[in-house]
Amino acid sequence: MNALFYIASVVAIAATIMVITRLNSIHALLYLIVSLLSVAVIFFLLGAPFVAALEVIVYAGAIMVLFVFVVMMLNLGPQTVEQESRWFNPKIWIGPAALSAILIAEFIYVLISHGRQNLDTRMINPKQVGFSLFSTYLLGVELASMLLLAGIIGAYHLGRRKEAVFHRYFRRPDALYERLHPKEENKIDENGLKAGDKPLSKTNVSGMKQKKSERGEL
Amino acid sequence: MNIIPIEYYLVLSAFMFAVGITGVLIRKNAIVVFMCIELMLNSANLALVTFSSYLGNAAGQVFVFFVMTVAAAESAVGLAIIIAIFRNKLTVNIDEINIFKW
Repeated sequence: MNALFYIASVVAIAATIMVITRLNSIHALLYLIVSLLSVAVIFFLLGAPFVAALEVIVYAGAIMVLFVFVVMMLNLGPQTVEQESRWFNPKIWIGPAALSAILIAEFIYVLISHGRQNLDTRMINPKQVGFSLFSTYLLGVELASMLLLAGIIGAYHLGRRKEAVFHRYFRRPDALYERLHPKEENKIDENGLKAGDKPLSKTNVSGMKQKKSERGEL
Repeated sequence: MNIIPIEYYLVLSAFMFAVGITGVLIRKNAIVVFMCIELMLNSANLALVTFSSYLGNAAGQVFVFFVMTVAAAESAVGLAIIIAIFRNKLTVNIDEINIFKW
């Protein structure tokens, strides 16, 4: 039982350090999932099966899938990794790391100086948690549901593709501007082909036209 | 059965929180900064569950539930903001996202 805690905490610490040192964001994400799963194991050992299951399902399942989708959609590529590796030198990270190390040392000192207190694990089963959740903290559950609704609406509103109205700051001759205002040779004609391209075969193009006319009838 | 001192759990929680803070301070990729915020919320969850188990009180686990709700809403809206910024600036590097500055 004790060995399980030590193994899980070593895995958690190692995975957590890997999260902030990996240059590729998908690698950091996978280590974060490992860290969350090891914390779920510790929750289970602490006698909190409800929270352990919630950690696996909500955190490692739902929220991390959201991150995976965003990393996948942005598709930042190898030049970002190269950029990160240029910034990730000791000159940058030594200051924050040293200050955090001082804080953690202080915290450990405070805890140790108060004497040890053994934790006799008291199992809190999901029934107790559910009873507490829907009696004492019922208003909190209602507010949490409203917060989630606000989150859904906010994410939809922000993620929607709007009419391209840009502030003058963004209007500059770069890749974005060219993407929004394609040049004449990159424009796509009604056959789905660029002006410079030749159609692959006659049947292909006619098939496309056929489909287009069908769509027009509909 | 379980003779691990409560301090060990709290030290683990504090360590993960400190690593999360360090990550927020040193990384420049906005997505990784978000991941470090999730780490910090998660270490707070660990402390809450530790005290819930120590006191034999279910309230700590109820608060973990609320923290998870906040984390889910925060990550959904935050990632949507990152995508919106990426559409305009074509980068998620927080050094280049300085649209309030001119």
